[in-house]
Amino acid sequence: MLSLIKIFVSALICIVSTTILHAEETNTDLVSAHGVFVFNTLLFLIGGFLVMWMAAGFAMLEAGLVRSKNVTTQLTKNIALFSIAAIAYFLVGFNLMYPGDGWLITGYLGPIFSLTGLEPVGATAEQIGDLGYASVGSDFFFQLMFCATTASIVSGTIAERMKLWPFLIFTVLLTAFLYPIEASWQWGGGWLSELGFSDFAGSTLVHAAGASAALAGAIVLGPRIGKYKDDGSVNPMPGSNMPLATLGTFILWLGWFGFNGGSQLALGSIGDAADVSRIFTNTNTAAAGGALAALILTQIMYKKIDLTMVLNGALAGLVSITAEPLAPSIGGATLIGAIGGAIVVFAVPMLDKLKIDDVVGAISVHGIAGIWGTIAVIFSGGSFGAQIIGTVSICLFIFILSFVIWYVLDMIMGIRVSEEDELTGLDTTELGMDAYPDFSKS
Amino acid sequence: MKIIIAVIKPFKLEEVREKLTEIGVQGLMVSEIKGYGRQAGHTEMYRGAEYVVNYIPKIRLELVVPDNNVSKATDIISETAKTGKIGDGKIFVLNVEDAIRIRTGETGDNAI
Repeated sequence: MLSLIKIFVSALICIVSTTILHAEETNTDLVSAHGVFVFNTLLFLIGGFLVMWMAAGFAMLEAGLVRSKNVTTQLTKNIALFSIAAIAYFLVGFNLMYPGDGWLITGYLGPIFSLTGLEPVGATAEQIGDLGYASVGSDFFFQLMFCATTASIVSGTIAERMKLWPFLIFTVLLTAFLYPIEASWQWGGGWLSELGFSDFAGSTLVHAAGASAALAGAIVLGPRIGKYKDDGSVNPMPGSNMPLATLGTFILWLGWFGFNGGSQLALGSIGDAADVSRIFTNTNTAAAGGALAALILTQIMYKKIDLTMVLNGALAGLVSITAEPLAPSIGGATLIGAIGGAIVVFAVPMLDKLKIDDVVGAISVHGIAGIWGTIAVIFSGGSFGAQIIGTVSICLFIFILSFVIWYVLDMIMGIRVSEEDELTGLDTTELGMDAYPDFSKS
Repeated sequence: MKIIIAVIKPFKLEEVREKLTEIGVQGLMVSEIKGYGRQAGHTEMYRGAEYVVNYIPKIRLELVVPDNNVSKATDIISETAKTGKIGDGKIFVLNVEDAIRIRTGETGDNAI
């Protein structure tokens, strides 16, 4: 027994002294240069497929919050927009967002129509541009998911009364051009990043931007028939499937670990690993804070907890922490998320007062909470001026261009279905396929 | 006492209910049904195969009213539920033997 202890202690001394002797060396020597590349790439790949899973989350959430007669259409929009984003980002978006040396207007506009190319098969270290970063494929894969997320925010707001094709055409333009351009201003090394604007994983770049496009659409489209009565009262149109809506929210919550965690952009060192851990923890606690804030508020204000608000609250918490999920303490992140959740409880009825019909609350959750999250970065040392400029410039850019596109689409092909089609339900009129057909077939 | 069975287009329900309330109707039974009359079905496609959709979603209203209110009620339903397009629906009027209010035991017109 004593000899065993001696062996153990001497082994311990060996390990400790080796570690102390090497303490002077840089982190990357402890994980080899190739290891850093592999770990970073791994983070992108895992983060990427987690964010891809958020597409399922959005699909389920929206399917659950629209009425039965519109579910098939909503699902079709979700899978279509994701696929469109994938192609558009490959054809145009990725290089437009990360011009590198290829800016057309430095800091503002990257190269248009530049296809994404990957490293050759079986790439060797010599063929890698930056060994300290990650593979192009993983970078493209990861960033593509963010582009798709932006587009999917729009589909919820304009549900139940928009024709399918105008939405798909808008998505092409949003994912190929609008999103990549505004994101290049920050993550592509453009003028906003020079200004000191800070948006870790995209509270503004993704969420508020998506909400701005959605807001423009909702304004051009108009509210659903019967939603707002002449006397100013609001006619609720409850969703068809609470289990799907809840499932969707949990899926989004899970995917968000990839969304925020992957945005660390590195996993090849102790610091990075610890950082990603902080990000996962803070992301989770912000969602929890948002959910509980909405739960408590709806109990107080409406005397009953509103599940759909709790779901929106959790998402608002996630959106709020997205601008800075690394720096805050767990308590701080919880608070940031809780404020986001509280904001949503007030924002949803406020939009109704303005007669902006947002079917799933996306403008409140992604837009208003997204702006809050971006401003909240000042509590972690961000510059208020830079945060304001970043938020306003991106939201205005997206809103104005989106408004023009929606308006032109409306002129050319009409974006709203006929009154009869809207009342019958889009599933049968746009697609000829009930979501819950039961015995409709002979 | 008569029971009025009305088959109407689903989006007309709220309007019809409001108008019926105005003429003093205090109770309604509503079910979602599928059906067809002379509004025939149409063909759809599912995974490459054609099929005929025979049944169209409708709302079925049932209300029991005293004799003196029957024609007012059927007129109101007719006017409100009408769109002029095919598939507006139908109204049937049947006799009711008796009605009983479970809570108090009242019968007849007092029960409706």
